[in-house]
Amino acid sequence: MAPEHLLTSKQMAQFAADGLLRFDELIPAELNQAVYAEIGKNSVPRPTAGRPLSEAWPDSAVGRVFRLPQVQGIIHSLVGPDPLYDHHAVHTVGPHHEQGQIWHADAIIDTRMHFDIQFMYFCHDTPREMGGTMLLPGSHYRRISETDIGRYQNFLGQAATTCKGGTLIVVHHGIWHCAQPNHTDQMRYMFKLRLNPTVRQLRLWNTEDLEDPAIPGILSANHRWYGNEVRLEIVNRIKFWRFLMGDEKYDVHYWLSRLENMPENRLRAA
Amino acid sequence: MPQLRQKLLALYAHSPDLNSAVVSWSQYDGTGKTPVTTGDNDTPPYPSVVAAMKEGWRVIQFPQQFPAYPGMEYNTSYLRYEYILEKMEEIDGP
Repeated sequence: MAPEHLLTSKQMAQFAADGLLRFDELIPAELNQAVYAEIGKNSVPRPTAGRPLSEAWPDSAVGRVFRLPQVQGIIHSLVGPDPLYDHHAVHTVGPHHEQGQIWHADAIIDTRMHFDIQFMYFCHDTPREMGGTMLLPGSHYRRISETDIGRYQNFLGQAATTCKGGTLIVVHHGIWHCAQPNHTDQMRYMFKLRLNPTVRQLRLWNTEDLEDPAIPGILSANHRWYGNEVRLEIVNRIKFWRFLMGDEKYDVHYWLSRLENMPENRLRAA
Repeated sequence: MPQLRQKLLALYAHSPDLNSAVVSWSQYDGTGKTPVTTGDNDTPPYPSVVAAMKEGWRVIQFPQQFPAYPGMEYNTSYLRYEYILEKMEEIDGP
């Protein structure tokens, strides 16, 4: 894997803090058009869950998207080589569909530190009047089951995906999200793909900037919607970063070090 | 003859202090006059629970506070400081 296609440590820290990374207009226009035609005809084959992604879609435009070197670099950095295909979905919101989807996280409560990723691929322009998917940065460590969060409607810091065609977002499996209303005359599409790792998720990215002084600040982001629990969020990010780094001593601003200080050595008698 | 319908406002506060900032919010309107959906506003309707009370909203649910279960001190899940408020509004009934 060419290092220039891998994520940097700062991008990985952003993923640890936000639970998502966004790549605007990453996919070339020619491929976006081919995918648009493919999903419009509902002609994307459905591979078998748990089989290697490399076996999926040998002849389709969707397959070409996920074989692009830049996309392979994102995949390798987060879930390593040879991930497994979990499932995909062509999400649609019809013209003049005025109701937003309720907030949810996909699947069910997931207690792993190991994580799956989901790609959200927008193959056509998505202005705000068309949606798109609303995401809640920083929500991925919360232990909830699917639509348990359906009572909530709005959060400080919620981020609607408005983008140009070819934009790719990769999210941690736990991210809270909901489709937004489509006030236009056009059908809106979003292609979602979930992948599972097959290797330990340990320093799989380009680690040249591992000591970048900006990383503690990135891991300390305050997304505001969780209010007083921001310090608990930071603790969960530190634990995740320790997992990714293989460094059980890593800390940010001494949050865990003070809690782990339990000296047992006794003073010698004078 | 006018009838009463309930409007609910759920405000999620920064802390247990009812004067603290609203960080999340939902509305459910029994009059059917106000269409609401997810993601329909980036600004809370009131800056705090107390600010909503000053506009006539009545607090009908207070969040209880529990100590963390052993081993779950750092787990996060739902928003903890959820205040449910109501207003009764007249509609023109049948």
